Amino acid sequence: MKGFRNILATLLLTVMAVLLILTVSEMPAFGEPGPAYNQVARHYLERSVQETGAVNVISAIISDYRAYDTLGEATVLFTGIAAVLAALSAHRQKRGGGDA
Amino acid sequence: MRDVVLQTIAKLIIPFIQLYGLYIIVHGHITPGGGFAGGSILASSFILYALAYDVGDGFRRMPRLAAKWLESMGGLMFVAIGLFALVQGGNYLTNFLGIGNPGTILSGGSIPLLTIAVGIKVASTIITLFYHLLEEKRHG
Amino acid sequence: MVNQLMTNLHYLVAMILFIIGFHTMLTHSNLIKKVIGMNIMETGIFLLFISIGYVRGGSAPIINDSIASYVNPLPSALILTGIVVGVSLTAFSLSMILKIYHYYGTVDSDEIMKIKDAEE
Repeated sequence: MKGFRNILATLLLTVMAVLLILTVSEMPAFGEPGPAYNQVARHYLERSVQETGAVNVISAIISDYRAYDTLGEATVLFTGIAAVLAALSAHRQKRGGGDA
Repeated sequence: MRDVVLQTIAKLIIPFIQLYGLYIIVHGHITPGGGFAGGSILASSFILYALAYDVGDGFRRMPRLAAKWLESMGGLMFVAIGLFALVQGGNYLTNFLGIGNPGTILSGGSIPLLTIAVGIKVASTIITLFYHLLEEKRHG
Repeated sequence: MVNQLMTNLHYLVAMILFIIGFHTMLTHSNLIKKVIGMNIMETGIFLLFISIGYVRGGSAPIINDSIASYVNPLPSALILTGIVVGVSLTAFSLSMILKIYHYYGTVDSDEIMKIKDAEE
């Protein structure tokens, strides 16, 4: 049963690997400014010093232009650690140890 | 674990690790780095101390309650800076201080404050996670 | 086609990392090895997205008046959030594995299914 599952997984992953490698050969060339270098990136690069005053463009993006995403990510960190604390201190009273 | 080489090297190198972490957090808007990388480096100095010396000693240096309070304060500082910008008349989380001189530390408005808040939050998250997973092992 | 693959070598390595991580997640029965496979998959995805933003001959996006062209800063700024989400997910899944070990006594998923079937 376990061997059959392994062979099926390897077969499906081989098909997936062939499809992904065919996709890589159709992607735009590495290093040339392609469709990802659009006018938003150009606007951030040209106007970041005079609009925000920060020399590091990535820091200006995550703290000023897109600060709402950083707030959401701080929420994800907080929820993650709240879930870890809640999961680890469940059923703690049965053993007689102290709780956090 | 009691190893003389590990304890001597940890005693010598932990202040430099903390200074480096604080430098990356504070200069987050001038050099590459920012809040997340600096917070991780700052947390790893505490973990190195708890691993080289006794874990109870590590608990005494950074108590559990202090780590939990610091984490909540970091998140609340982020939200409070945004609300303060709302009070000043702009949108949520806009720049309300001046722009300053680009290239020095006192520049960028509210960007250094947000970077410090995120750095404190990430550092205390990693320390709290480490302490709780270690405590689980001790209590069974 | 091989020429085009050799030019996009970074994307190819990212896809290979994704396939290796997926294979590790599917075939091993130890729960911790599945978590490690998930981390390898995430590394492949981050490599794909960050290397989309590279511009040949550009330097790091720190504005200096003497540099002509910069690297695209947008993918790096968005992946920064993704890395933190991945760390949070790994921490939570490891704490779940701790509780499963305390309850069942083993970390092998096949044996856990056998114990669960025997309990009912």
